[in-house]
Amino acid sequence: MNTDRPIRLQTENVGVFYGSKDAVRNVNVSFRSNTVNALIGPSGCGKTTFLRAINRMHELTPNTRVTGKIMLDGQDVYGSDVDPVDVRRRIGMVFQKPNPFPTMSIYDNVVAGLRLAGEKSKVKLDETVERSLRGAALWDEVKDRLKAVGSSLSGGQQQRLCIARALAVEPEILLMDEPTSALDPQSTQRIEDLMESLKQQTTIIIVTHNMQQASRVSDTTSFFLIGDLVEHGATEAVFQTPKDERTEAYITGRFG
Amino acid sequence: MVTRASQNIQVGISKTLSPARRAQNALAMVLVALGTLLVLVPLFLILKDLFVKGFSSLNLQFFTQSQSEITFLGSAGGFLNAIVGSVMMLAVALVIGVIIGIGTAIFLTEYREHRLVPSVRLMGDVLTGMPAIVVGLVIYGLVVRGLGFGYSGIAGGLSLGLIMIPVIVRATEEVLKLVPQTLREAGLALGLPRWKVIMNIVLPTARSGIITGVILAVARVSGEAAPLIFTAFGNSFLTWDPTQKMSGLPLAVYRSAFEPSEAAVARAWSGALVLVLAILVASLVARFAARKR
Repeated sequence: MNTDRPIRLQTENVGVFYGSKDAVRNVNVSFRSNTVNALIGPSGCGKTTFLRAINRMHELTPNTRVTGKIMLDGQDVYGSDVDPVDVRRRIGMVFQKPNPFPTMSIYDNVVAGLRLAGEKSKVKLDETVERSLRGAALWDEVKDRLKAVGSSLSGGQQQRLCIARALAVEPEILLMDEPTSALDPQSTQRIEDLMESLKQQTTIIIVTHNMQQASRVSDTTSFFLIGDLVEHGATEAVFQTPKDERTEAYITGRFG
Repeated sequence: MVTRASQNIQVGISKTLSPARRAQNALAMVLVALGTLLVLVPLFLILKDLFVKGFSSLNLQFFTQSQSEITFLGSAGGFLNAIVGSVMMLAVALVIGVIIGIGTAIFLTEYREHRLVPSVRLMGDVLTGMPAIVVGLVIYGLVVRGLGFGYSGIAGGLSLGLIMIPVIVRATEEVLKLVPQTLREAGLALGLPRWKVIMNIVLPTARSGIITGVILAVARVSGEAAPLIFTAFGNSFLTWDPTQKMSGLPLAVYRSAFEPSEAAVARAWSGALVLVLAILVASLVARFAARKR
């Protein structure tokens, strides 16, 4: 594990409640800068719930409560003086299903975050579009049809468009919620390849159901089970010499 | 046995039914057809009357002259005053209905965790069932008398707008619900405030559905005469000034139909025909807009 890199995000006793039911309990984990971090575990184990707590996405769901602290560069994102809009600007997100804005062109999708935040400079927007699309390995495929609607792309391209859209606002952390589960193997591979280069510019936390994917792309792996973080460590260690027998049972395919 | 079963399949099921069940089936068919006819016959009778009596006295004058120009020396005048009044009052209604209606729908769907949402929804339902004449009386009390506007196009437009609100709310709510939640989340995840996500992502996505709802709401209120009686009052002279008394097509039809003059009654028929055609066109436009989605 690249222990020389500074810690970017650290959680202290994070719990998430839906009403009175606790979906995630006492998660203490830290993610270092410029790494890819996988969250694995069986369905309903709380990994997506935990991921969505990081950028305060739960606030749209009534009766959801997050406890504990999530420190981004030493500042609690749930602090009383912190604006969730600001948190989400620094922590981007890519979703399970590609969700380009249907009324916008490829170009407009990519710059949506910047433009709606008030950026007007055409030069800056053009630059951002090219940089973000190159960053998402989509530029060569769409550079001649930036005015086409985003939904005219294939599923895999749409997902890379969504990655480009998230990159455009230069997030410090990029959350990915099973970003390849709706894609074919080829598109999946492209996105996995992409993550290696993306971590040069950001820190990735990815939820995945696919353990091969976790072992291929991530530097650290966190294993969740029924709301508890069972094990967290360097991916190699978690997969080859798991400390907890439940982790071992899961990664060897005995359940889940 | 085997051959008989296969025969049954070949000749079709109806022939295998017992005579009693076949008779039941026939009876049910007749009843259903009669029911349909019962609904359609009055509609066609109305339309036939409307077209026959409406068309015979429909001419250019109907659109170029006002009711005040009716003379006993032959000129029958026209409904220009009512057409202009209807357009003006519908414009006022549209402003009220669109702003308040869409705003309310946004509140009800996009801020559904707010504690006032259940009571606002209840009020919307109450407003939906409010008789148009009562809405007219409310505006009479609040605007015509209360604010001292007097009988005016503005008051008429307000009463029509009030009737439009729940219709627009209902329609807009339905289409906003169809906008996938993941689009809202994608917008928020970019660090956009909620209102910007609504204005720039949610509303554009729902646009054609909202437009359809608004057109249908206009079609719905453009045939209302009752709320205009206490508000716009009616005016047989042409005016473009919405602070003056105004007439609307349904109101002019209603009043002219009781005039002791054959020419005026003929004008009422033409007015009714024009009104029905205008609403028909609006409904078709709304359907077309909906299909383009």
